[in-house]
Amino acid sequence: MEHSSLAGRIFRGVALTLILIFFMFPIVWIFLMSFQTNEQILRIPPRILFEPTFANYEALISGQLRTAAGNLQISFMRNLFNSVVLSSAAVLLALLLGVPAAYAFARFKFRLGESIAFTLLSFRFAPPLLVLLPLSLYYQELGLNDTYFGIVWVYQLIALPLILWIVRGYFEDISPDIEHAYRLAGHSWREAFTRIAVPLAGPGIAAAGLLSFIFCWNNFVFALILASADKQPVTVGALAFVTASGIQYGQIAAAIVLSVTPTLLLALYAQRYLVEGLSLGAVKG
Amino acid sequence: MDMLELRGIDKVYRSRGKEPVHAVRALDMAVEKGEIVALLGSSGCGKTSTLRMIAGFEDVSAGSIALGGRRIHELPPARRKVAMAFEGYSLYPPLTVRENIAFALKSAQLPRAEVARRVDEIARLVEIEDILDSYPRAISGGQQQRVSLARALVRDADLYLLDEPMGQLEPQLRAVLRGRIKSLLAERGMTAIFVTHDQTEASALADRIAVMEGGILQQFASEKELKGRPANLFVASFIGEPPMNLLDASVTRSDGGFRLSVGTEMGFDIGGAGLDSEAAKVLAGTPQVRIGIRPQKIAVGTGDVRVKVVSNQWLGDQSHVAGDCNGRMLIAVTPGRVAARPGDIVPFALEPRHLHIFGSNGACIRHAEVS
Repeated sequence: MEHSSLAGRIFRGVALTLILIFFMFPIVWIFLMSFQTNEQILRIPPRILFEPTFANYEALISGQLRTAAGNLQISFMRNLFNSVVLSSAAVLLALLLGVPAAYAFARFKFRLGESIAFTLLSFRFAPPLLVLLPLSLYYQELGLNDTYFGIVWVYQLIALPLILWIVRGYFEDISPDIEHAYRLAGHSWREAFTRIAVPLAGPGIAAAGLLSFIFCWNNFVFALILASADKQPVTVGALAFVTASGIQYGQIAAAIVLSVTPTLLLALYAQRYLVEGLSLGAVKG
Repeated sequence: MDMLELRGIDKVYRSRGKEPVHAVRALDMAVEKGEIVALLGSSGCGKTSTLRMIAGFEDVSAGSIALGGRRIHELPPARRKVAMAFEGYSLYPPLTVRENIAFALKSAQLPRAEVARRVDEIARLVEIEDILDSYPRAISGGQQQRVSLARALVRDADLYLLDEPMGQLEPQLRAVLRGRIKSLLAERGMTAIFVTHDQTEASALADRIAVMEGGILQQFASEKELKGRPANLFVASFIGEPPMNLLDASVTRSDGGFRLSVGTEMGFDIGGAGLDSEAAKVLAGTPQVRIGIRPQKIAVGTGDVRVKVVSNQWLGDQSHVAGDCNGRMLIAVTPGRVAARPGDIVPFALEPRHLHIFGSNGACIRHAEVS
């Protein structure tokens, strides 16, 4: 579209600014909050100008939460580490399982193929709470409660369908004859998959992996029920800031800033792939 | 010696909830070493399925395929020693044209100098030297098609499969390439099968043509044989441009032979002499037949069949005259100009010896005499 007229350009600028403010304000406000004490935050009216303090970050990193009622031990850095481990492991496992599965669904018509693919997608339909009760009972029986592996496994409910369906669309976009040509030139079916199909679907796989990483990172309820303190990710760990002597807004804000930063950086870095991957997957999926 | 032998090939596509599609039925075909064969037919006739079964991308539902004495239908594509140019080109997008062509040669671990020499040679043949360092997405469809062709022809294989190899090319280039590819194949004794729906291409490039329809091989013969002695009604009407004139005729016995009458306007006496005993026996038991005559065999300006001219086109080297004879359309082709306008009544001459006669099942009862 061409916006050549001056009025059009001004309107566009104003509209973009409004939208940007609307979406960015909470993030900016949280960022500002993370440098304030609880008293400064709760002041009425709130002020934009204040004397910044690093006390919140110090408390998080040292693990000592000072409240009016005394000192509390918090394991925020441990939670952050858990988040990284759990989300990365979950996405890695989902990629290992999901990419070959997506290829199979894209290339081969087999009995119950569509039903299986749809069932996997339907895991995303049900609210997680619905499956959590039976799942936690099973997990107790199996001894998977409060293990990294148990949580990584349950994260497959989030990551696997996403990867499967996005990557499948990508594989369907690639002409099977490219692989056929490769196989005729003396290569096995497996080589055609690893050397031709996977590299050509690379952007899609990257986008799907990134998205499922973000979804896993943001998950709250699975880890809340299935893991105890030392295995919990940041999303659950943030509950520790609701203390007997009040809610520690400053620390919550600092925790949010710290926990958002990794995914934000990752998303910014891979933004190009993300948009491309999503739009292609959406059209072709 | 037969290089490729297809025996009793059947291909059935089954998908859930749909009727199975019988794409190829009981196909028997033998291709000699160094022979160039065209698979000719309309869309959906099973020709591409046949090609893909030979390459190994489709399993045969029944039957066997042997190539150079090896039974290949159970081997993976990589071990069949077959090269193929795909209809959709299917070049590797991250590789340049040169790398695409050299790909299989490098995989076969040929020395670098040899690879370069072969790539340059084949690139010259299909006129793509100037785009060797481009990427597939940066070149046109016609160029991609030539790269795909080069990628197949550059290889050492027992059999070359070309799926619509020149569909995207401009007519002049197509004619030039046809000639060059034919001489390349002949010079090296390469055996090739190509799929096409273009009769001209099939006749120009192939030694023999396999005409397919409805998954069934109708006839497998040289172009001359297909034109002169079509095995059935389908081949008769499919091969030849413009198509053969076909008319319904009733059969009556006359002294020593048969009389074929088309309405009241046309009658042909088929003498006992021009008819072998087998054909005579069949004709005696068939009240209705279809007769066919090539447009080139109808003489304009003489004869006793009166037609009303519908169109008269001068194509620069021949005239196509279409005439209406009581609701039946006849097309005649003559080398000279014809001075007739639409609406004029013109005599056409149809001689009994030029008639092909087909039974009610479509099989040919008698071929026209070869003149």
